[in-house]
Amino acid sequence: MSTAREMTTTATWAPRSAAFDVERIRKDFPILQQRVHGKPLVYLDNAATSQKPRVVIDTVERYYAAQNANIHRGVHFLSERATAAYEDARRTVARFLHAADPREIIFVRGATEGINLVAQSYGRAFLAAGDEIVISAMEHHSNIVPWQILREQIGAKLRVVPINDAGELLVDEYAALLNERTKLVSVAQVSNALGTVNPVKRLIEMAHARGIPVLVDGAQAVPHLPVDVQDLGCEFYVFSGHKLFAPTGVGILYGKTGLLERMPPYQGGGDMISMVTFEKTHYNTLPYKFEAGTPHIAGGLGLAAAIEYLTEIGLDAIAAYEHELLRYATEALATVAGLEMIGTAKEKASVLSFVLDGVHPHDIGTILDRDGIAIRAGHHCAMPVMQRFGVPATVRASLALYNTRAEVDVLVGALRKVREVFA
Amino acid sequence: MSDLGDLYQQLILDHNRHPRNFQQPAAANRHAEGYNPLCGDRFSVYLQVEDGVIRDVGFQGMGCAISKASASLMTASVKGKTIAEAGRLFASFHHLVTDGEAPAEPVELGKLSVFAGVREFPVRVKCASLAWHTLQAALDTKDGVVSTE
Repeated sequence: MSTAREMTTTATWAPRSAAFDVERIRKDFPILQQRVHGKPLVYLDNAATSQKPRVVIDTVERYYAAQNANIHRGVHFLSERATAAYEDARRTVARFLHAADPREIIFVRGATEGINLVAQSYGRAFLAAGDEIVISAMEHHSNIVPWQILREQIGAKLRVVPINDAGELLVDEYAALLNERTKLVSVAQVSNALGTVNPVKRLIEMAHARGIPVLVDGAQAVPHLPVDVQDLGCEFYVFSGHKLFAPTGVGILYGKTGLLERMPPYQGGGDMISMVTFEKTHYNTLPYKFEAGTPHIAGGLGLAAAIEYLTEIGLDAIAAYEHELLRYATEALATVAGLEMIGTAKEKASVLSFVLDGVHPHDIGTILDRDGIAIRAGHHCAMPVMQRFGVPATVRASLALYNTRAEVDVLVGALRKVREVFA
Repeated sequence: MSDLGDLYQQLILDHNRHPRNFQQPAAANRHAEGYNPLCGDRFSVYLQVEDGVIRDVGFQGMGCAISKASASLMTASVKGKTIAEAGRLFASFHHLVTDGEAPAEPVELGKLSVFAGVREFPVRVKCASLAWHTLQAALDTKDGVVSTE
């Protein structure tokens, strides 16, 4: 049963975005109905992974129960239907990102694989020794390590844009780093550890003024902000399905057609070829050139279902609701004695990263867990960010469209309890 | 809250606030570093070992309350013990916090039994045992780095 679908047929015809009803949304997520350690689950670890609405779970189940077949291969009924569904999913993703052409949408395992694909395909083909790649000081390890691997392979250089004490990228420093040796900029749209929303459109314009292509890591952005890759103008955009209420193991690399066509394949195998002999192989056209092997078909369909679900609620409505919830949570956390927010950028999304005076984040995580609250305690795969702020780890509460003010209140109450235990 | 109370006992909170032997002994002749990449806990354990006896022991570093208190209580427990005695203590301690394999020669844990509650928090076992693994590394090698991963 799909709650989302039922709602489209209600007699009132009121679009859901007209009134953002968080309690109705919560009912769409089966996992949120459970109790943890006897307390209602308060899931605030959305930057790590998001929960899945019933419509996504049903889509995956329906695929395996009624549609399962390999794609782009069989002439039989099921294969044709699975192929059509998968290519529909690609078009759904293209519309979601406002890509010019579905062929620019490459299915990958996640944002990590998308970045690795660009590093290994584009990087090895078009960068050389001494060329520079610019990233920021707030990148997730997945937007650091692939470039370090490339650096080892070709002798490129990695340049890092510093951030200020609020966790904001220093645009002037960024401008100063761009030079004739800069061959690629790769930057997060939203920081997973700080919540900072980077002015990526401006960063892209500045890079383009020098003819430098830009990759945007949108893993933390797509669940919270409407994204238009044509408006941004970036050459590459990556995100992970599982942070967008879709299954794990599926993600997207968007790339401009011209670049993707010039890039060599990333992996070899089935589906990415048009003809193979032992002497020579002709590669398939876009997007299949980059999709070797049988993909995560159910995941791709689940991703499309998640996008349709979010679109139906309204991406702008979600962003507005979350913005207000983030403001409420920021103010509420400020009332907790000894709490210091790490990441206080003017433009933020979803993430509340903080430390509590005298209490290690790991201990906070354990105590909150006993109250049913799921947060992340650690370095959030962004060790350089921790070093920048001189902390070994932070507590990170990250919000999604199904979180409520009441849950924020539970978090604040539990943090007061932490203070009592460690008083 | 009772289960949390089992974990965060007053003795643990006290050793977290006021860790014992929280320094590098002047005459230390063995050293190892312990690191838990999951949470960033990092401790150095220093030993002064003479004739197979741990004459002095200290530690430095940072970590959560469980790992810090465990390191503190460990140093207090192994000071003056032979290497073999310290090894038996670790085996019994490990059994206490993991409910794993029973030690061949169980020994009295004394104050260390305050960590019995850790068993109910499987993700915290590494916190409680980090200092011990580091001690073991310091005893096994002259210098080394040990990781819980």
